[in-house]
Amino acid sequence: MDWSLLMELALNGGLSGLMYSLVALGVVLIYKSSSVPNLAQGALSMLGAYVVLAISEALHAPIWLSLVLGMTAMFLLGMGIERVALRKMAGRPLVMILMMTLALEIFMRAAALAAWGATTRVMPLGISSEPLFLGDVLLNRSYLVGGVVAVLLFSFFLVFFRTRMGTVLRAISDNYTASWSVGISVERGVALSWAMASVVATVAGVLWASIQGVDHSLSHLLLMGLTVAVLGGLDSLAGAIIAGLLLGVFQGIASGYLDRLVGGGSRDLVVAATLMLTILIRPHGLFGRADIQRI
Amino acid sequence: MFYLQSGISHSSYGVERQLFPIPFERWQVGILLALAIAAPLLMSPIYLKSYMLPWLIWTAAALGLNLIIGWAGQFHFGYAAVMAIGAYSATHAARHGVPFEIALVLAGATATVIGSVFAITALRVRGLYLALSTLALQFVIDWVIHKVPAISGGTQATLQAPSVHLLGIPIASDASKYYTALVWCVLVTMFMLNLRRTGLGRALVAVREKDFAAAVIGVNSFYYKLVAFATSSFIGGVSGAILVFTFYGAVTPEQFTTNVSIQALAMVIIGGLGSVIGSYLGVAFILLLPGLIATAIYALATKLDLNVGIELLAHIPGLLYGILIIAFLLFEPSGLAKIYTNFRNYLMFWPFGYSRK
Repeated sequence: MDWSLLMELALNGGLSGLMYSLVALGVVLIYKSSSVPNLAQGALSMLGAYVVLAISEALHAPIWLSLVLGMTAMFLLGMGIERVALRKMAGRPLVMILMMTLALEIFMRAAALAAWGATTRVMPLGISSEPLFLGDVLLNRSYLVGGVVAVLLFSFFLVFFRTRMGTVLRAISDNYTASWSVGISVERGVALSWAMASVVATVAGVLWASIQGVDHSLSHLLLMGLTVAVLGGLDSLAGAIIAGLLLGVFQGIASGYLDRLVGGGSRDLVVAATLMLTILIRPHGLFGRADIQRI
Repeated sequence: MFYLQSGISHSSYGVERQLFPIPFERWQVGILLALAIAAPLLMSPIYLKSYMLPWLIWTAAALGLNLIIGWAGQFHFGYAAVMAIGAYSATHAARHGVPFEIALVLAGATATVIGSVFAITALRVRGLYLALSTLALQFVIDWVIHKVPAISGGTQATLQAPSVHLLGIPIASDASKYYTALVWCVLVTMFMLNLRRTGLGRALVAVREKDFAAAVIGVNSFYYKLVAFATSSFIGGVSGAILVFTFYGAVTPEQFTTNVSIQALAMVIIGGLGSVIGSYLGVAFILLLPGLIATAIYALATKLDLNVGIELLAHIPGLLYGILIIAFLLFEPSGLAKIYTNFRNYLMFWPFGYSRK
C-alpha cells in the first residue's frame, strides 16, 4: 500500500468534498427555511458561473468585480424565483414542489444553452494550475481555494444565524405558522434564503467552473450537492460541511482504487451509493433532525 | 346536450359499475378506437411513425408511472431505469433467438424483479427520501448499464434490435409496428381503467391517502407498495422494450437517462395524477407540443426575417418544456385531466349550465 498516494487521494478528495459542500449549503439553506428540497441547485450553480463569465466579458471588468456583480444578479434572481415560482406552491403536495424545482432546472439549463451555446468556456479565475507540494503530497490549488472558501462561507453563516435576520430565518424553519403569528414576514425570510442559496450557488459554480470549465454539465453538481446535504442532514449547515469532507475523502480514495478496476467514472457510483445507503440506514443524515411522523 | 344522462338507470350492480355509463362516451371511445385502428390508412407514414407511435408507447409507459405515483402515491424518480432494464433484456433475448412474445414477457419480468428493489426503500422511507433514493437507484442502474460491456455491448455502444415476428407476423412495416404499440397501449389502458373497480385499486388508493391508516383498516401497506412497484415496473419494462423494437430500432444507454425519468414524471403530473385520459393528454403535451411550437416559431422567424441564433432555435423546445411545466404547476396543478373534466362537465349541462350544483 502506497501511503503517500493514499494521503494525496484523501486530501484532494477532502478538499473537493468541501467544494461539494458549497452546493449542499445552498440546498440546506432553502430546506431549512421552507422545507423545499431544491433540485435546481445544480442549475443555479451553472447559471451563476455563466452570469459571472458573461459580465466579465461584456464589461471587460476584472474578475473580482464581475464576481460581485454576478452574485448581486443571482441574489435578485433567487428572490425572483421564490416570488414567481415557489410562493404559490407553499402547502402543495411534495411531488408538485419537486416537479417545480425540476422544471426550474430544465428551464435554466435550456436557457443557458440557448443563450451561450454548448461549447465549454474557460473561467479566468487566475488560480494557477501548478500543483502545490505539501511534503511529497500533491495538492490541487483550485481544490484548496474551493475548500477554504467553503469553510469561510460556513463560518459566515454560523455568524449570520446569530444575527437578527438569522434568528428570524431559524424561527421560520422551526415553525411557519408560529412565525407568522408573531409578526415575522415568512415570505421575505424564504425569499432571502433563496437569494442566499443562489449566491452560494454562484460561488460554487464559479469555483467548479475554474476546474472543469463553464458549460451545462455544471448542473450535474446537483447529485453531489444533494448527497452531501442528505448525508449531513438536510437541515444542518455543519452537517453539510462535515459530510462534504467525509464524502470527498471516501470518494477520492474509492475512485482512486476503483477506477483502475472498472475503467474510470466510479465517482458517480460512489456518490449514488452513498445517497442510497444514507437514506436506507439513516434517512435524517448525520446531524439532521429526525422527523416525527404525524399519523 | 351531449353526454345525455337520461335513460341511465342502475338496475343491476353490473350496470352500475360499468366503465362508461353514458352512451355518448361509449360512442366516443368506439369511434376513437376505430380511428386508431384505421390510422395507418388515414395518416401519412411520417406522422404515424414520428408522432402516433411514440405517443402510444409513451402513454403506456406513463400509465405505468401513474399507477405508482397517482394511485399508490409512491414517488418514483427512476422510471427510465426500469424501462432501460426492459429494453435491454428484450434486446438481448431477441438477439439470442428468443421469440419476441417471450422476449417481451421476459423484459417485463426482469424489470419487475429489479424494479421491486425500488420498493425496498419504500418500506423504510417515504416522501422526499423515497424520491431521492429512487433517483440514486436510477444513477446506479445507468452506471451499471454503461459500465458492464455484457449489457451495453461495450462503451459508447448501440445494440441493434433484431427484426422480430409477433404471433407469426413480421414486425417490419410501419403499420405492424404501429399496431404492436396500439395493442400494448390499449391493454395497459384497459388495465388502468379497470383498476378502480378492483380491490387492488382501492387498496392502492388507501395506501396513497395514508399508509398507517390503511394498515389500521387491514390493508397490508408494504405488500401493496410492493405490488404497485412490481406492476408499474412490468408495464415500464415492456413499454421500454416496445419503444426500442418499434421506435428507436436500437438501444443505447442515452435513451433512458435521468432526464427521461423526469420527462416521464412531467407527463404524468401535467396530465393529472391518477387519471387515465390525463396520461394520454400529458404525453401528447410533453412529447409533441414543444416541438410543434418550436417549428411554429421557426416558421414565424423565417417569415418575418428575424435573425434568430441557431443555438437559440435548437434549444427553444427545451425552454418551452420547462416553461410549460412551470406554468401548469402554477395555474392548473391538477393537470390536463382537470381541464378535460371541466370541459366535459360544461358540455354535460349545456345549455342548462345554471342547473349545475
